[in-house]
Amino acid sequence: MILDVLSWIFLLLGGAFVIIGAIGMLRLPDVFSRSHAAGMVDTFGAGMIVLGLMLQTGGINLILFKLVLILFFIFFTSPAANYALVRAALADGAKPILKEGVDLQSSEKEEGAKPL
Amino acid sequence: MNLRRSVTLWIILYIFWYILSGYHTPLLLTFGAIACTISVWIAHRMDVLDQEGNPIHLTLKIIPYWFWLGGEIIKANFELAKMLLSPKLEISPVMFKMKTELTNELDRVIYANSLTLTPITITVEQEGDELEVHALTVKAAQDILGRDMERRVKNINDGWEG
Repeated sequence: MILDVLSWIFLLLGGAFVIIGAIGMLRLPDVFSRSHAAGMVDTFGAGMIVLGLMLQTGGINLILFKLVLILFFIFFTSPAANYALVRAALADGAKPILKEGVDLQSSEKEEGAKPL
Repeated sequence: MNLRRSVTLWIILYIFWYILSGYHTPLLLTFGAIACTISVWIAHRMDVLDQEGNPIHLTLKIIPYWFWLGGEIIKANFELAKMLLSPKLEISPVMFKMKTELTNELDRVIYANSLTLTPITITVEQEGDELEVHALTVKAAQDILGRDMERRVKNINDGWEG
C-alpha cells in the first residue's frame, strides 16, 4: 500500500516533468536552450517514471534489475545524445541566442583559472 | 593489470547477461559463459580494455559522487521547471569557454557528462582541456565557474595516475 502510493508519486512526478519539459521545448527560443528542456525530459522525467515502476515490481526480482539497468543506461547515454545534437546544431551554423553584456571571464580569473 | 580488467569485464558481462536472460538451466548458463568469454576476447583484440573501456579503478569512489550528482540533478530540475512555468520566462542564456584542471580524459568525460545531466547547463564542446558550456542562466554559469563540481570529479580519481 505504502509502496503503491510512493510509486504513484514518482510516476506522476515523472509525468509532470515530461509535460513541463515539453512546455519548455515550446517556450524556449533556440535549439541550445531547448536542449536543456529535452535533457530534463530524458533524465529526470524518465528517471522518475522508471523509479516509480521499480516500486511496482513486487520485491527483488529480475524485472527490478532490468529497470535498474534501464535507468543506468538512460543516465549514461542521454548526455552523449544531447552533446551530439548540440554539436550538430553548431556545425550547421546555428547561433545561440545569448544575453548581451555578461562578463563571466573576469570572474573566472578570480577563481584562479590557468591562463590560456 | 590487463588480466584484472579482463576478469572484471567478464564478471560484469555475465551478470548483465544473466539479468537480461533470466535462464537457470546449466546448458544455457554455459552458453552465456562462452558468449562472455568471446566478448572479452574480442574486446582484448580490439585493444579497448584500457582505463577508459573498463574503468575499474573508480568503481567505489564514484558512488558517493553519483548520490551527490543525483541531488544536484533534482535541485536543478525543480529550478528549471519553475523557470519554464513562470509567465515571464526569466532566462539569461550564456555560452562560454573554460579551462578545466582535470588532467585525464575519463575525468573530463565524467565532468562534461555531469554538466549535461544537470539540466540548466550543457557541454557544447570539449577539446583538450577546454570546455565550451551553454548555461540557461547567468547564475548557473557562475556556479560552474565556482568549480565545485570539478573539484568533486577530481576527488573521485585522486591519487590515481593514468
